[in-house]
Amino acid sequence: MNNLAANWLLGRLTLGDFKHDLIQMGGVLAMVFGVLAVIAGMTYFKKWRWLWDNWLTSLDPKKIGIMYIAVAFVMLLRGIGDATLLRTQQALSSGTNHGILPSDQFQQIFSAHGTIMIFFVAMGLMFGLINLVVPLMIGARDVAFPFLNSVSFWLFAAGMVLVNLSLIVGQFAATGWLAYPPLSELAYSPGVGVDYWIWALQIAGIGSLLSGVNFFVTIIKMRAPGMNLMRMPIFIWSVLGSMSLVMFAFPILTATLTMLALDRTLGMHFFTSVGGGDPMMYINLIWAWGHPEVYILVLPAFGIYSEVVATYSRKRLFGYTSMVWALASIVALSFLVWLHHFFTMGAGANVNAFFGIMTAVIAIPTGVKVFNWLFTMFRGRITFATPMLWFLGFIVTFTIGGAAGVLMSIPAIDFQVHNSLFLVAHFHTMIVGGVVFGYFAGFTYWFPKIFGFRLNERLGTYAFRCWLIGFTLAFTPLYILGLMGATRRLDHYDASLGWQGLFVVAGIGVLIILMGIGFQILQMGYSIWKRHETIDTTGDPWDGRTLEWSVPSPAPSYNFAVIPEVTDRDAWWAIKQAKPIAPPTYEDIELPKNTPFGMYIAAGAFAVGFGFVWHIWWLAAAGLLGALTMIIIRSTDDDTEVTITAEQVAADQAAYAKRRQT
Amino acid sequence: MSLKQTADIEKVSFGFWVYLMTDLVLFATLFATFAVLRNNTFGGPGGHELFKLPYVLTETLLLLTSSYTSGLMLLSAHRGKKQAVLFWLGVTFLLGAAFVGMELSEFHHLAVEGNSWRRSGFLSAFFTLVGTHGLHITVGLLWMAVLGFQLAKKGLVHSTIKRLTLLSLFWHFLDIVWIFIFTIVYLKGTL
Repeated sequence: MNNLAANWLLGRLTLGDFKHDLIQMGGVLAMVFGVLAVIAGMTYFKKWRWLWDNWLTSLDPKKIGIMYIAVAFVMLLRGIGDATLLRTQQALSSGTNHGILPSDQFQQIFSAHGTIMIFFVAMGLMFGLINLVVPLMIGARDVAFPFLNSVSFWLFAAGMVLVNLSLIVGQFAATGWLAYPPLSELAYSPGVGVDYWIWALQIAGIGSLLSGVNFFVTIIKMRAPGMNLMRMPIFIWSVLGSMSLVMFAFPILTATLTMLALDRTLGMHFFTSVGGGDPMMYINLIWAWGHPEVYILVLPAFGIYSEVVATYSRKRLFGYTSMVWALASIVALSFLVWLHHFFTMGAGANVNAFFGIMTAVIAIPTGVKVFNWLFTMFRGRITFATPMLWFLGFIVTFTIGGAAGVLMSIPAIDFQVHNSLFLVAHFHTMIVGGVVFGYFAGFTYWFPKIFGFRLNERLGTYAFRCWLIGFTLAFTPLYILGLMGATRRLDHYDASLGWQGLFVVAGIGVLIILMGIGFQILQMGYSIWKRHETIDTTGDPWDGRTLEWSVPSPAPSYNFAVIPEVTDRDAWWAIKQAKPIAPPTYEDIELPKNTPFGMYIAAGAFAVGFGFVWHIWWLAAAGLLGALTMIIIRSTDDDTEVTITAEQVAADQAAYAKRRQT
Repeated sequence: MSLKQTADIEKVSFGFWVYLMTDLVLFATLFATFAVLRNNTFGGPGGHELFKLPYVLTETLLLLTSSYTSGLMLLSAHRGKKQAVLFWLGVTFLLGAAFVGMELSEFHHLAVEGNSWRRSGFLSAFFTLVGTHGLHITVGLLWMAVLGFQLAKKGLVHSTIKRLTLLSLFWHFLDIVWIFIFTIVYLKGTL
């Protein structure tokens, strides 16, 4: 009877789920102490009120963007920590030495590494930058649905907490970052690991889906007068493409995860190996989401490179129209290639040939973009600022990775390197060299617009060098190892294979990347400390071309005192060239009020997720009920806006003009 | 209505259309899965042994009628007749509730006869596809209940008219999805 009550109260959660071995304990302690240190610091400096009023409840997309990026950077530390453990294991575990990690833990770590890096680092950086820049770039004061934006962020945060909680309570999935069935089914993975994976992704994924709708509508409906589609900056085009993909791809993920969860919780037979299930259906569905996901991440990075290369070459972007069509064709093609992730599963020669050709075809629009960027630099007056360095690093690594990708698009070759380290090297080249470098470039480029001062250049250059050299050292050996037959997710190999030297080189590469991250942290700290030296009084530190540089730095909460008229593709450049116009007249501006309801709704979603992971049904029901109640209460509140008076706006502008003169 | 409010309704309706399209992709995924698994009965019964067309036709007619009454509800809203809006909202709610009731009763019968979602891949896909639609209808009912109270309290103001517009979009959308379920799951399954 006692046991039954405990089951009712705690589901399958027991004290044993808190037990860890030494390495896990290190991770747990680092995490717990990190959180405690932050709480203590906040309390000591009496910053809770400030945090609540200015950040947690804010609906300002610039603030939400910063919160996304902060979460993503913390998760980058977790993800790179996982990567370091994996590479250490592989560098040591040869012959009689079995390294530092047991197999089961090694599997959990590579699953966590992939999941965290894609969902909570890359997606976080992407949505962060989109939040910061999109409204400013299109001449809007806000996003289309500010409250929804806050809900999206907090769902993302709830998913992040759930993924990290798996380290402290229970375990994480040992099934890889996409949890293929039948391995991920209850029969073969009876623990809570896969459930953590499902619910963290489900909650964060719904947040991403809502964001996709939000920014799609923002771009379609809220552009400044005069900015027709072919006058939108390429970054905006790239976000429009990416958000269209989010809208088409993420519902597939939601449905697929739901079906896997139904298999595991209600005993259904979607993807089981018995009972009429079809595991292949899962593989098809997950990649129908997963392949577009790659383009969801990389398209905004392409957009950032386009802005960066034009600004620092002091030239109009070369081939704007072809850039737009290249983006559009990548969007369309990205849904026609998913099968190349499983050529070896035997769909037949003709099917493989079709998907192989479609895959190779994607290289054409991508090549168009690469040449457009190079031609933009041609005869430009190039400044080698840090964002430009990230761009140059990207061009080289991305071209190499792309060539490897075209190689693998040929099914016969793919059969040789499928699931090998060659593939791992390829997609890391694309995601690190393409996506991550791009977001770092964008972060450095737009940093002064948000914070009002520039990041230190010298330390930024050091960070870039470490990343580029470390990346090359870490992944070039993997191409070679893959061709030699080393498969992915390998925690031990025979000494006679002669692989250890290359694995050691790869491990050294990771250490150099770690140094790069160290320089980035140093750069952030140093730049904040010396912020008075790099303060941006002009609002336009790089002599930019697009509208975000027309407003003061840091940008005011309402972005634009007067909504600009757009007459040219490089809207701000055109305004700068034109003669000064008569002083504007200001009007009252309405902005959304702060509200904690986004956080409350996400807290409900978190309770649902945690309840389902541990089978604590009352908690899941309470979470659902709570979230619904919060939505209803919020929907009855009609007083959701504050007014900033015209006098206030005029005073802000006068202060800004004064600051510019000094 | 002021210019700003008209622009607001237009923006929100567009956003809601976009959301509905994403929901459509969700249903498309479930339809695709159903199409793949529909013959995976694992020795259990198939559609022609389980589905009773007259029963499902009744459900369909209830839902179609409710779509019509929700249209009348929106028309009354545009004419500014609050009582009529509340009346048609009530009728739509009752028809929707009757639909959900019939669906639950069908599910119950299947389950007690040993043909639950655990029986086969086909039944998993059936319960999930039809159940997801039913869940959407239930959310719509909850929405109607809350909106009914808001209407009674605030009357036909900008915020309530906006929500009525979205609700009616949602309801018509679910109607269209049901037509596909009726055709692909029930008609193709029995004929």
